[in-house]
Amino acid sequence: MSVTQEQIDFYDKQISMSHGAGGEASRRLIEGLIRPLFSNPLLDALSDAAIFAAPAGRLAMTADSFVVQPLIFPGGSIGELAVNGTLNDLAVSAARPICLTAAFILEAGLPTEVLRREVEAMANAARRAGVPIVAGDTKVVEHGRADGIYISTTGLGQVDPRADLGPNRVQAGDQVLLSGPIGNHGMAIMLARAELDIEADIRSDTRALGGLTAALVECLGADLKWMRDATRGGVATVLNELARDAEVTVTIAEEAVPVDDVVRGACELLGLDPLQVANEGQFIAVVAGHRADAALAALRSTPGGERACRLGEVAAGRRPCVLAKAAYGGVRVVDMLIGDPLPRIC
Amino acid sequence: MKYVDEFRDPDMIRKALHEIRLLADPQRHYRVMEVCGGHTHAIFRFGLNELLPPNVELIHGPGCPVCVLPMGRIDDGLELAGDPNVIFTAFGDMMRVPGSKGSPLESKARGADVRIVYSPLDALKIAQQNPGRRVVFFAIGFETTAPSTALTLLRARALGVTNFVVFCNHVTIIPAIRAILDSPDMRLEGFIGPGHVSTVIGCRPYEFIARDYRCPIAVSGFEPVDILQSLVMVLRQLRAGVAKVENQYSRVVPWEGNMAALRALAEVFEVRPHFEWRGLGFISHSALRIRDSFAAWDAEKTMPIRGVSVADPKAAQCGEVLKGVLKPHQCKLFGKECTPEHPIGALMVSPEGACAAHFKYAHLELPQQLPILQG
Repeated sequence: MSVTQEQIDFYDKQISMSHGAGGEASRRLIEGLIRPLFSNPLLDALSDAAIFAAPAGRLAMTADSFVVQPLIFPGGSIGELAVNGTLNDLAVSAARPICLTAAFILEAGLPTEVLRREVEAMANAARRAGVPIVAGDTKVVEHGRADGIYISTTGLGQVDPRADLGPNRVQAGDQVLLSGPIGNHGMAIMLARAELDIEADIRSDTRALGGLTAALVECLGADLKWMRDATRGGVATVLNELARDAEVTVTIAEEAVPVDDVVRGACELLGLDPLQVANEGQFIAVVAGHRADAALAALRSTPGGERACRLGEVAAGRRPCVLAKAAYGGVRVVDMLIGDPLPRIC
Repeated sequence: MKYVDEFRDPDMIRKALHEIRLLADPQRHYRVMEVCGGHTHAIFRFGLNELLPPNVELIHGPGCPVCVLPMGRIDDGLELAGDPNVIFTAFGDMMRVPGSKGSPLESKARGADVRIVYSPLDALKIAQQNPGRRVVFFAIGFETTAPSTALTLLRARALGVTNFVVFCNHVTIIPAIRAILDSPDMRLEGFIGPGHVSTVIGCRPYEFIARDYRCPIAVSGFEPVDILQSLVMVLRQLRAGVAKVENQYSRVVPWEGNMAALRALAEVFEVRPHFEWRGLGFISHSALRIRDSFAAWDAEKTMPIRGVSVADPKAAQCGEVLKGVLKPHQCKLFGKECTPEHPIGALMVSPEGACAAHFKYAHLELPQQLPILQG
């Protein structure tokens, strides 16, 4: 299916209010820049809504907005984040992505090159995951009323029929797995802001997690009980949500937490707990205790899962909480992030 | 990671704990104060208090700079921040500390230009980048951070930056320790001495503690092994019936201190006749102010500061907790009205505050009904 359309080029050097006014300038922005990069049959129809047949079974739907500053940082950019973030919300729901939507709020005065670069980053991330961006919207606000680009994405996915996830399924004896080293995204953003005179080679871990979560579903089926990506608030916040929602105590081994040396060093310097630092490419999975070895093997044999590890276990708790045990016997409560040490990281 | 992992080594920690158990006479109760907020934080973060024998009790001292800052000073600072021509800068620790009309972060939400800096030099840089505006650096801290403020003022003068001022709230640790030792409701067997402060002032200023009060003190680093080794040093002295100043943190702390830093402090600051400490009241000669030769960079001399005095909320027992008379969870508000998310006292705000550390990391001593996870 293809639609023939006249070739429109977008030559404007920067975004102005007229590009959001719905007239000719808007048409040139959408048809000359955004649509060609996102091009797919559902989008190319340029109707008011993308229309397609619903697949059988359960569907998953998720929304996320992105306001990260700076727009580009080592390891990624806002566009890539906007696609991966929403894909990952589907992935940890054991849903295979069907399609995405993308809505932009642009600040007048934004260089077109910056927008083009981010639309390309979104298109590339979506292509890598094999997911079309089928609908979108663009608005422009006055200069000074926004910070370059804000992006909202929505994701629709089909839940794998073999999966049965939920906090109600978590029970004592289950094992908690982590997909890889933590803290890279938050620290990469912090250092990229150049407010600190610290230089370190830390790159954001932004990536799509669908391959890893699919490997777990494939391997475990219903023995996979709960998943969540550890974004804002970090692993600590996700584990506390798990403890609270499942009404259990989660105990982790302090030494088991994988943190790259350079991230650990930066966290030590700044007094941050890596467990509370954001990630954009890691998730926590709770699996039946007797399947933990198999689950770990499945993760580690999947590209990107080589550094997956066993983080801790679930115990019946009188009171839901997360405890970290150190090798010498010290125990501490791992709390949720309070306040916002690092605003606008995604 | 080098210089960290060695001091978190499980074997070393176990050995030190074993030694503490051997040294602690079961017939005695030991109350040892860690003066520094950094130590308080580390003790809870690593769960050290729970590993100690029950008769070795750590009392959390007044060494958390934002915790001892009276509310009036915060109100004064935020009044300056209300001027649209002012860029108000402070360390991140300050941002959530409540004054009587809210915290710096709340001022920022209302439109004040409030910025976090990691060094006063960054505030000076902001002043250079914004020549049309006035940049206020809200200086807090003990002798640990005061030298960086001093160096920044020296640089501001050298560069001729005229739109930069410091609102000085630096305090000094020795008078606070003396006030605690003189406090009638306080009985301490020993001290774990502050590490960072001592890198600047050295170990000599603590000699009066051993000489006049017969109290052992060990200046300590911040890793688990450091803190436990310092406790071993204190207990050994108590066992031997001696009292002296020991330096556990000798890899960083020179006995005589940092001469260059002390010179900068002396050039820029002088001692205030008295200064109010939250919870401890007015303490003579316990804080620093900017010398007249730097008056052009002194917010107190160049800007309208009312010097308001604000009483702490009546029910809050920050003072008793600061002095170590009450444990954090014994305060009437702890975990109820006062939580890290909605702090009433500053001790609940700073990660170095005893209440926040207690709330965040301690769990076994807490009554069951506390809303530990609502945060």
